[in-house]
Amino acid sequence: MSETILEVKDFGIEFHDHDKPERVVEHVNFSLQRGEILGIVGESGSGKSMSALAIAGLLPRKKLKKEGQILFLGEDLMTMERKKLRGLQGDEISMIFQEPMTALNPTMKIGKQVEEALRIHHPEVTAEERKQRALTWLKNVEMDDPERVYDSYPHELSGGMRQRVMIAAAMVGNPQLLIADECTTALDVTVQAQIIRLLLEINKKEQVSVLFISHDLSLIRQISHRVIVMQLGHIVEQGDVEQIFNHPKEEYTKKLIAAIPKVEL
Amino acid sequence: MKTIREWLKKHKNFNMIAGAVITGLILLIAVIGLFYTPYPSTEMNASLKNSAPTIKHIMGCDNYGRDIFSRVMEGIRNTFFISLATVAIGTVVGVLVGSVCGYFGGLLDDILMRINDALFAFPSILLALVIISLLGTGTQNVVLALGIAFIPSFARIVRSEYKKQVSLDYVQSARLMGAGHVRLIFVHILPNIVPVLLSSVMIGFNNAVLAEAGLSYLGIGVQPPEASLGRMLSEAQSYLFTAPWYAIFPGLVIVLMVLGFALLAEGMTEE
Repeated sequence: MSETILEVKDFGIEFHDHDKPERVVEHVNFSLQRGEILGIVGESGSGKSMSALAIAGLLPRKKLKKEGQILFLGEDLMTMERKKLRGLQGDEISMIFQEPMTALNPTMKIGKQVEEALRIHHPEVTAEERKQRALTWLKNVEMDDPERVYDSYPHELSGGMRQRVMIAAAMVGNPQLLIADECTTALDVTVQAQIIRLLLEINKKEQVSVLFISHDLSLIRQISHRVIVMQLGHIVEQGDVEQIFNHPKEEYTKKLIAAIPKVEL
Repeated sequence: MKTIREWLKKHKNFNMIAGAVITGLILLIAVIGLFYTPYPSTEMNASLKNSAPTIKHIMGCDNYGRDIFSRVMEGIRNTFFISLATVAIGTVVGVLVGSVCGYFGGLLDDILMRINDALFAFPSILLALVIISLLGTGTQNVVLALGIAFIPSFARIVRSEYKKQVSLDYVQSARLMGAGHVRLIFVHILPNIVPVLLSSVMIGFNNAVLAEAGLSYLGIGVQPPEASLGRMLSEAQSYLFTAPWYAIFPGLVIVLMVLGFALLAEGMTEE
């Protein structure tokens, strides 16, 4: 069953917008299997989000130098033609952003936004079927009243609902890889739990690989199969979730784990 | 009626209401002016030369004995449609240039915006004067000249809005769904700048009314015998003391037109 979806080899990013080049990510190696959830954890500035954006193909091509390879199903995303990359984005690779408040277009109805990936990548799908699939996904993300949400604007929904809409919009094209960049950070704890449960369910049902990026260790522990710990653009340690949390090898990982606040009642 | 009253109570947007009423009335007169004026606007009557307002000629008559009310109606019609066409040209081209510059940035943006700055450096009346002296007078050329003169301000506003929007998450998110540049510019971002665009269209319309009146006042806008509010003002100048109504009524209408749109624009920003 284990088929490699994503393989990142010796990846690095260097900014060139100041006088002195600045290395923000260096020697990053990891791979992601089908149906696996890989957590990337690290403090701010550790390069975790930059890596995610690079994999999603969202980094600007100018002003920064990238090295290494990002192989998606064996093809290098970094050297791929723009047109081919665009064909993958939203269809095979999709992403959930940090801020559900700003990640939805305020002037477009929810239904239209959920359908967007289908409209772009599968023009052969009829409007009727598109709507059906959007409604199905709105239901899959546990909307009580998909029909009503379909016709709503983003400002009519709560933060948690919007994040679920984002998940529906990301999943509607049945992608192979879902990148979740700090997707629960802006939500309160109960809603966080909902989103995590939802992601786990979708991951199980659709066999989609998930790259889950967060600075929250306890969330990472709940959701991931494997974990990568990053610091200052380097991978400090990677391995199975239990191994990392129970038997951390590196000093930095130990410190991180020790810093998880414990609630004692 | 009840719903209107409730709406009024809730919004209390008097600028919007007053603006809508004034603009509505003027628009109504412009539309009626297309089909009907009390007297033919060019009919002269030597016995009524510079006569004061009466029941029959409610705004009096001009130096050729033409009915001023009829001519004002025609003038509103001309001014209104010239301004509309001017703003339409300015908006469409301005949105195209501004969106491309704001969205892509880079060298293209630099080049287009420097050209824009150069155009912007001329007062719009002066720019229109240059264009008209190249193209010749006539209503179409006035529209074209003013339209070109109005492009830079729209382009600049639209560009800055696009610059602001393009880095927002929803654009990134749509880009990640695989949306192309054209789709991003027009389907995703454009609706988000409509509020800003709308109020600048209103202000632009005002400037167009004044610019058209100004050009006609200088004698290079609408050509006689067609009536235009600006032209009427310039003709009325010599009779300011013998027939003040000739200057007062067209002037009043220009003021009302500008006021109406200014109030509407103000009201829209409040909404």
